[in-house]
Amino acid sequence: MAQFGQNDDSVVVIIGSGAGGGTLGNELAQKGVKVVILEAGPRTEIQDFVNDEWESFSQLAWTDARVSSGSWRVAHDFPNLPAWIVKSVGGSTTHWAGASLRFEEHEFKVASAYGGLHGANLLDWPITKADLDLWYEKAENKLGVTRTNKIPGLPGNNNFKVMEAGARKLGYKEVHTGRMAINSEPRDGRGACQQIGFCFQGCKSGAKWSTLYTEIPEGEKTGNLEVRPNSHVAKIEHDQTGKVSGVVYFDEKGVEQRQKARIVCVAGNSIESPRILLNSASNMFPDGLANSSGQVGRNYMRHMTGSVYGVFEKPVHMYRGTTMAGIIRDESRNDPSRGFLGGYEMETLSLGVPFMAAFLNPGGWGRTFTSAMEAYPRMAGMWLVGEDMPQETNRITLDAEVKDKHGLPVANVHYDDHPNDIAMRNHAYRQGAAVYEAVGATVTYPTPPYPSTHNMGTNRMSEKARDGVVNKFGQTHDIPNLFVSDGSQFTSGAACNPTLTIVALAIRQADHIATAMQRRDI
Amino acid sequence: MREVDPRTKFSRRFLLKAAAAAVPTAAIVSATGLSIDDAWAEGGVLEPSTMKTLVKVARDIYPHDFLGDVYYIAAIKPWNDKAAADPQVKAMLEDGVRRLDQDAKDRHKTTYADLGWEDDRVALLRGVQHTDFFNKVRSDLVVSLYNQKELWPKFGYEGSSAEHGGYLTRGFNDIDWLPKA
Repeated sequence: MAQFGQNDDSVVVIIGSGAGGGTLGNELAQKGVKVVILEAGPRTEIQDFVNDEWESFSQLAWTDARVSSGSWRVAHDFPNLPAWIVKSVGGSTTHWAGASLRFEEHEFKVASAYGGLHGANLLDWPITKADLDLWYEKAENKLGVTRTNKIPGLPGNNNFKVMEAGARKLGYKEVHTGRMAINSEPRDGRGACQQIGFCFQGCKSGAKWSTLYTEIPEGEKTGNLEVRPNSHVAKIEHDQTGKVSGVVYFDEKGVEQRQKARIVCVAGNSIESPRILLNSASNMFPDGLANSSGQVGRNYMRHMTGSVYGVFEKPVHMYRGTTMAGIIRDESRNDPSRGFLGGYEMETLSLGVPFMAAFLNPGGWGRTFTSAMEAYPRMAGMWLVGEDMPQETNRITLDAEVKDKHGLPVANVHYDDHPNDIAMRNHAYRQGAAVYEAVGATVTYPTPPYPSTHNMGTNRMSEKARDGVVNKFGQTHDIPNLFVSDGSQFTSGAACNPTLTIVALAIRQADHIATAMQRRDI
Repeated sequence: MREVDPRTKFSRRFLLKAAAAAVPTAAIVSATGLSIDDAWAEGGVLEPSTMKTLVKVARDIYPHDFLGDVYYIAAIKPWNDKAAADPQVKAMLEDGVRRLDQDAKDRHKTTYADLGWEDDRVALLRGVQHTDFFNKVRSDLVVSLYNQKELWPKFGYEGSSAEHGGYLTRGFNDIDWLPKA
C-alpha cells in the first residue's frame, strides 16, 4: 500500500471515501495518478458490521454535532440529526440500500421542463442525459446493477410481494425488484445476496456494492492510493495565485496535520463539503472557497420523502431479506395534472423493532402508538422518494455558536418544504396507502420523513459561473485545481436515488482530471 | 409461513441486569413475576416510590399488555444511575413525579401509581407532555424499552440474522396468503 509524504505536492487529495470520493480515488489510481484519500471516520470492515440497529448506528453514523432549522419536520423531531449518513471508510456506501437508477432526460433540464416555479431556484444542468449515458453504463457495470449487463433481478421477499400485489391491483405497470447494486449471483469476487436484511447496517456478506471493499482495496493494490482514516479535514489552503495547495486536517489523536496537494477534490457529502469550503475562508476568499457566486451551501435538496406502513390480518415479516426489495416506478413521471411537478418512486423499506419505535411517529406515545408497534409482524412498508425543488434559502451555513471537538463551526442545515414537495408527499401518501388497501390492509400509517439520507445540491453545477459553484466536470468555476466530487454537484435532485449518478459523475471526472493532468492544464 | 415463537427466552445476563442484586435469587428465577416493589428493594439515589411511579409512567407511555413489568423496570432502571451522577437529573425526575402525584391528588385524591384506570393516568400525562420531564423520559424510553433484544420475539422480530445465513432459506419469501396477481 502506498504512503505519500505530507510535503509531496504532486498528489491529488480527495476528502471523503464514499460513492464519489472512493470511486474517484480508485479510478485515478488505475490511471497512474497518486491519490491520498482523507476520511474523517475509522476503517470499519465487513467483519465489524453488526445486525443491530442502534449498535450499528453508533458504529457507522456521523454523530458529530450538527444543528437544523426550518419548517421541515426533521428539524423538530431530530434537531441534532438532520441527516443519517456515515462517518467511516466507504462513507454512505456502507449504509445505502443499493438502488441504482438513472435520471430521466427531463430531470437534467428542470428549468426548461418545469418552467418558472415560485420560490424554486430551478436551473438546467450543463450536461444532458445523453452526455452521461456512457458513464452510467460504466457505473452500472462497476456496481453490478441488477437488470443491467444481463444480471438477473433479485428474488422478491415478502415485503415486495405485498407491494407488488397491491400495485398490480391498482394497475401500476412498472413494478419489479429494482435495479440494485446487490449481487443476485456471484460477481467481481463477491457472493450473492443471502437475504440477511440489515442493508442499512453494512452488508455482512459483501453482496452489496460499497467502496469499502471494492474501489478502495482495488485502488490500494495499484500502489497509487493511500487512504488515511480518522482524518478530519478542517480547511483547504491556497497559494498566492489563488490555487489550492493543500489540506489541513486533524488526525486520530486530534493533532493538526497538513497534506500538500496538486489537486483537491471535495467529496464529504452535501453537508460537510460546503462546510469545508465555507470554513476555508481566507483574505483572498472571504466568503469561502469557490464561492464568488454566493451559491456554496445553497439549494440544499434532500428529496421529498415519507413512508407508508400497511397492517394486514396475517403475517408479512417485512424485515426478512433485502431492505429495499422492489420498486413501483409509475409515479416517477412528470405529470403536472397530479398537482405537482416532478415525480416520485415507491420503494419497499423495512425497519427493525428498535428503529420502527424511533421513526414510525416520532414523539408518539400511548395506545395508538403501541397498537401500531404490536402489528409489527403483520406490517409491510414502503419508502416514498421524489424530486424536491431546489430553493436558495435551503442551505448549509456555519453555525455561529456550536463548534465541534476540533473547535470548527458546525453545519446548520436549514430546510423549508416547498409547496410542491408537500403536494407530492400528500399524493404519495394516498397512493402508498391505496397500494396496501388494495390487498386488504386494515390500517395504514403515513410516516414522516426520516433524517436525510439523500443530501444533494449545495455546490451545484452550472453553465455560468454566476449561477453555481462547479462546471460540468465538477471543477469549481473559481479555482481550476479544486473539484467537487459528490452529490453536492447536483443541479437538481431528480426522483430517484442519487448514488448511481454520483458514481457516474466520479468516473467521468476521473477521466477529465487525468487528461488535464497529462496535458499539464492543472 | 414460518412464524416467530413469542415465548420469552431470558438470558441470565438480562435477568441480572434487570433485577440487579436487590432481588432474591428466587425472584430472578421467576423473573416474569418480578414485581415493581421487589425491583427497588435495595434503593438507590431515587426513592423506591419515585422509581415505582416512573415504571408506571413508562407502561402508560408505551402500554404493551403482553410485556411483564420486568421490561419496563429494565428500561427505567438506568435513571437511578443518571440521577446519582447529576443532581439536576435527580431533581427533574423527583419534581416530575411530585407534579404527577399532586395532579392525581387534586383530581382523584390518590397518587399517580394508585390511580386505577389507565385513561385517568394518561389524562394526567397529557397535562405534562410538553415538560422537559416527560420528553426526556419518553425519548429515553423509546430506545431503552424497544432496544431490549429479549422482547423482540414478542413483536415477531428476529434480530440479527447474518450468523444464521440470513433468510435465504428461512422464509424471506414464504408469504402464502396474497391474492394471485
